[in-house]
Amino acid sequence: MMTDTRTPAAGSPLRSSLPPGDPRARSITRGKPHHGERVVKVALRLSAWLSIVITLGIAISLLVPALEFFAEVPVTEFLFGTRWAPTFADATFGVLPLVTATAWTTLIALAVAVPFGLGAAIYLAEYARPRVRKIIKPVLEVLAGIPTVVFGFFAINFVTPNVLQSLLGLNVSTFSVLAAGMVMGVMIIPTIASLSEDAMTAVPQAMRQGSAALAANRMQTSLRVVFPAALSGIIAAIVLGISRAIGETMIVAIAAGSRAQMVTDPTMEGSTMTGFIARAALGDSRVGSLEYNTLFAVGLLLFVLTMIVNMISVQIVRRFRQEY
Amino acid sequence: MTTHPHAAAISVPSPARSATPLSTRPEIRTHTEVPDVPDPVIECEDLSVYYGDFKAVTDVSLAFGHNEITALIGPSGCGKSTLLRCLNRMNDLVDSARVEGSVRYWGQDMYAPDADAIEVRRRIGMVYQKPNPFPKSIYDNIAYGPRVTGMKVDSMDDHVEQALRDAALWDEVKDKLKQNAYGLSGGQQQRLCIARTIAVSPDVILMDEPCSALDPVATLRIEELMLQLRADYTIVIVTHNMQQAARVADRTAFFTAGVNEITGDRTGVLVEYDKTSRIFGNPANSRTEDYISGRFG
Repeated sequence: MMTDTRTPAAGSPLRSSLPPGDPRARSITRGKPHHGERVVKVALRLSAWLSIVITLGIAISLLVPALEFFAEVPVTEFLFGTRWAPTFADATFGVLPLVTATAWTTLIALAVAVPFGLGAAIYLAEYARPRVRKIIKPVLEVLAGIPTVVFGFFAINFVTPNVLQSLLGLNVSTFSVLAAGMVMGVMIIPTIASLSEDAMTAVPQAMRQGSAALAANRMQTSLRVVFPAALSGIIAAIVLGISRAIGETMIVAIAAGSRAQMVTDPTMEGSTMTGFIARAALGDSRVGSLEYNTLFAVGLLLFVLTMIVNMISVQIVRRFRQEY
Repeated sequence: MTTHPHAAAISVPSPARSATPLSTRPEIRTHTEVPDVPDPVIECEDLSVYYGDFKAVTDVSLAFGHNEITALIGPSGCGKSTLLRCLNRMNDLVDSARVEGSVRYWGQDMYAPDADAIEVRRRIGMVYQKPNPFPKSIYDNIAYGPRVTGMKVDSMDDHVEQALRDAALWDEVKDKLKQNAYGLSGGQQQRLCIARTIAVSPDVILMDEPCSALDPVATLRIEELMLQLRADYTIVIVTHNMQQAARVADRTAFFTAGVNEITGDRTGVLVEYDKTSRIFGNPANSRTEDYISGRFG
């Protein structure tokens, strides 16, 4: 049996005001219960689950009308048909025209956003002096805050007439996937630049010093050491950009046009998946009608495509991750 | 042994290197054989280093002898590492850093307007306190320097092998060259960093407390390695460990921090520089005596 006869060595710091002999001085039992702690934990857990519940809810609300749609239209006709005319008398539901328009706008947006976004990120992380960075970064982030409807009008009022028609002399009409894609690219630049810059800034300074001590210049250090070390974060940034481009609605609804046709040339007009949904979901289609269900079929396809992009990116990130 | 593909590019004569492989080198020179006056590879003259308005090191005049190991010792904050980083212009990476006085490499002013920091670092390599391999394979870590400097090597595989052999790491890693360098132990990582430095065939290797993150066994291996490398390289080492300085260094410079009575800034000053045997046996300055005998610092 332990006794309470042991006393701290002379000179030991006193830990409590209780006399050394008092058994409570060494008590490790729970004191007053902390109810606040429990409330906080429940609140935090609810917030975490909320996003999962909402995602599931969206998936189900998409799935039910979409399944009704696929009961009337075969999946193969939907996925591989090349004529999209859901409201015509001889209605056809081939979604490929919408997919090609989305693919074009997304690719054009990436062609603009990836080089400029990464260029800006490398400049900010590796070259810019702190004072310059303090000015440029907030300005870049303002670009991310511009409403997309403004970008849409920027496309038809400025990019198409001034840049595409006058400056480049291209034969484009008011609406084209080219103008929509380019402006969408500008919209995505801040996303890619800002996230990539964060990833590169997170690479330890010791890497840069090690590289410099091996007589590498700044460009070599940036591209051969910092960039690969930050690659997983950079890929994540680009994937977020892709997701935004696929899902972006307002710019394409305004600037890409409304004619659903197979887009084979970027100067053509085209209706993207999101553009179709935005125009068709104006409230005149009766709930439960085929036209109404069509919206959800396209929405489901959009959902699946974005998910595939995300899944591929997770794999890529896992493969290229460089631990330091 | 080590070849010098850049030798032609240097405007000063590069000293001939021993042709015997390191592993069979008969014995290590003892400290007593060091000439009285160093044959300088790097010379500092009235060197002062500032960070903004703060003067970190003042008026250091010091010559680092060819194929010698020079140790810089002294209490924390006495500017040893700052001085070391000036010797290959690594302080250029710090925006506020500024250098006064001169640092000469084989007689050429390193901070002259036409001197190129990249060329300086190609000839004067650096190993850091904490091993900092790149998150790449062991092979790519070694090949990085030769690749970025555009070194002409007959076979990169052979070159990598030689660098790893010179750093006494080859036998431990020869079967896993494609594995990530972060899989190595701390001591192996540090030898990898030394191998990586050797791979660009420098003249001088600067080491900033290379063993302070390592256990005693790994430390001993690095010290043995330094003594081997001395045949081919000039080495300058900053260390907090006085026994280490006594064990490896030919010459030792003792620094301390002078406190400015008005601003309270601590500025590093060189107290005494001599052969290691003198510094630890019969120092001329009483402050050195106090430091090495543990009475202050």
